[in-house]
Amino acid sequence: MRTIKASAVTEAVAQACVEANVDLPGDIACALHRCAACEPFAPARGMLEILCENEEIARRERMPICQDTGMAVVFAEIGQDVHIEGDFNQAVHEGVRRGYVDGLLRKSVVEDPLRRRNTGDNTPAIIHASLVPGDQLTLTIAPKGFGSENMSRLAMLTPAEGREGVKQFVLETVRLAGANPCPPMVLGVGIGGDFEQVALMAKEALLQPLDQANADTFYAEMERELLEAVNASGIGPQGLGGRTTCLGLHIKAAPTHIAGLPVAVNVGCHVTRHKTIVL
Amino acid sequence: MRHITTPLGEDVIRSLHAGDQVLLSGVIYTARDAAHLRMMDCIRRDEELPIPLEGQVIYYAGPTPAPQGRPVGSIGPTTSVRMDACTPPLLERGLSGMIGKGLRGAEVVAAMRKHPSVYFAAVGGAAALGAKCVTSLEVIAWDDLGPESVKRLTVKELPLVVAVDCEGNDAFALGQQAYLDSIG
Repeated sequence: MRTIKASAVTEAVAQACVEANVDLPGDIACALHRCAACEPFAPARGMLEILCENEEIARRERMPICQDTGMAVVFAEIGQDVHIEGDFNQAVHEGVRRGYVDGLLRKSVVEDPLRRRNTGDNTPAIIHASLVPGDQLTLTIAPKGFGSENMSRLAMLTPAEGREGVKQFVLETVRLAGANPCPPMVLGVGIGGDFEQVALMAKEALLQPLDQANADTFYAEMERELLEAVNASGIGPQGLGGRTTCLGLHIKAAPTHIAGLPVAVNVGCHVTRHKTIVL
Repeated sequence: MRHITTPLGEDVIRSLHAGDQVLLSGVIYTARDAAHLRMMDCIRRDEELPIPLEGQVIYYAGPTPAPQGRPVGSIGPTTSVRMDACTPPLLERGLSGMIGKGLRGAEVVAAMRKHPSVYFAAVGGAAALGAKCVTSLEVIAWDDLGPESVKRLTVKELPLVVAVDCEGNDAFALGQQAYLDSIG
């Protein structure tokens, strides 16, 4: 049994909140720069160049890439042979508090969805913990902005609607989102499982590296097809027209019920951030 | 690129067309969801609004806290459509411009035609860059709202696109059509 102190969790989360918000992951930055270089529509190319310049300034000056520094979504993979000394959930919330207060990030969380008083420190975090073999603790902090989150959708399709039904639902989601989620977007698609699992898979799909295709060739092909269809929509960067509507798309699938075909689309923006720390 | 300054006169508003790129300078005001709801309460109670609307521009934005020695942290637009329900009453009272991102609803566009005004799109997510256009910031109302308080900003050459003009033309529809036409 390996012991990890709760204070180490707090420190790691605080650091990751700041890093995630100022330093765009390499795969996303790469996709942004690559799309800027090959976008055929001049106004769209200009817009993408601005987004590239912005992410460079953010990294250099350690300024948040986007003013919406998000809700802190924290994925924790806890090794079965790890003993956490102290309260794990409280340690994560405290890390978010420190990261957002000391790191000058925006406090965008209200304590109740209807009464809406700002908590003032961006807590609580949204924590998804799972047990894995081993004696390590892997924390991924994925701050999620709500311009794109608000455009996300979920549907319980029928088995008969199949692959084509899923494809149409994704394209409809993109059409309805239009200019709102700060395109070029990143899309996470969950297929299967049940009502809550499909939404979580869509969020996890947003964390997959854009430069790696799906390990399952069936879904790798579907990802390519969907990306091409989304980028034929004409929405373009900021919704002002162009080819680059989506930087990348991943699908995560899971076993489901004989009666169901759940699908969820988690819409991310061009600032789809995350930072992973292994303790 | 064309330079414009606030307050916006009707002649300037009428000369702006959907798709035009402009650099905006002068005083503007931030207000987003919570501040709009409070402004609606003010109107219902016949109280004075914190923003002098005539000829003025509201920026739908909530910046990050300012690092030492700078007027503002990162700043960029939030999604405008959430402010739609509160927008026509502000346009009726003289509001001349709005800055945000994304589409507007039909009622807002109709109100913009009736009360000539312009909706600008700023570059969503380009907030580290956006900070460089702000020269001063002062919280003027509802400090308890934190990032959603009403702030008076002075901006210098803020790059914007005219997203909806006072005739109701929409740069999103026009731009997307222009791209699709360009690829045949």
